[in-house]
Amino acid sequence: MPDLSLLSFLAIALVTLGASAAAITRRNIIHSALLLVAGWAGIAAYYLWAGAEFVAFAQILVYVGAVSMIVLFAVLLTRLGPGDTAPAPDAFQRAAAALVAGGACFVALAGAILTSPLDLPAAARPPAVAAAPAINVREIGLALMEPAHAAALLVIGILLTVALIGAIVIASIDRREADHSGEAAS
Amino acid sequence: MSLFASLSPLHLDPLHLGLLFSSALFCLGLVTALARSNTILVLLGVELMLNAANINFIAFASRSQGAAASTGVLFAIFSIAVAAAEAAVGLALIIAIHRHRRSVRLQDANALKG
Repeated sequence: MPDLSLLSFLAIALVTLGASAAAITRRNIIHSALLLVAGWAGIAAYYLWAGAEFVAFAQILVYVGAVSMIVLFAVLLTRLGPGDTAPAPDAFQRAAAALVAGGACFVALAGAILTSPLDLPAAARPPAVAAAPAINVREIGLALMEPAHAAALLVIGILLTVALIGAIVIASIDRREADHSGEAAS
Repeated sequence: MSLFASLSPLHLDPLHLGLLFSSALFCLGLVTALARSNTILVLLGVELMLNAANINFIAFASRSQGAAASTGVLFAIFSIAVAAAEAAVGLALIIAIHRHRRSVRLQDANALKG
């Protein structure tokens, strides 16, 4: 008799993998992007199932909230030309090669996972995963302020600042260049 | 126990299930990045592969206690932050390339091709 925990995991995995697999096959890029966002939401549900609440809500805030918005903005800003919607002449060949590569990768990974015993200290624990969170938000906050992690936190803050300013600089329109080419910079 | 009985989801522990889930997602991201020629979808495939790596961290952290659990969770949080920065810069690059070449197909961005 399968327990509820296993059933919920199988439902989460089915929804996530189904949405991600459907995103590959859609020809409309907005459909693909929205299906991938659904896959990210499913990953957040997996984090909740595994007892990592803080990471789950960070995933929802960052991916389902922020990254999906800039992806949709990028899709809308990069308007497709007339020749872009037609499939490339070698599209089928590329898809077949990609499927072979992905399938081989999955077979290798699954074989390695299933044949490894994974004898960790907690291996004898019953599979009641979602019973209690392994670590709560207070512990995460205290761990971030430890000397071992405080430097990494600062580096991440600097990285995000530099990366976002750099993204604005890369994506912004060079006004002089636009004036020379006579292009409206709107 | 026969091979097939031991492979059914009932006999796998949550760590195995999480690792199999993450490898399936990784391979879906790989297929997306290799098969599609739209640069935005290639970037989203790479993001999916990063997410699969995060699932591994959480799968291992959820069965450990104390300091080991906090290390796994913290690594996943840092990884999400780096992935967000990567997505912002990548999409800005796509917009810049689209402004110059009027296309988001990977095959059209071949100015540096030898």
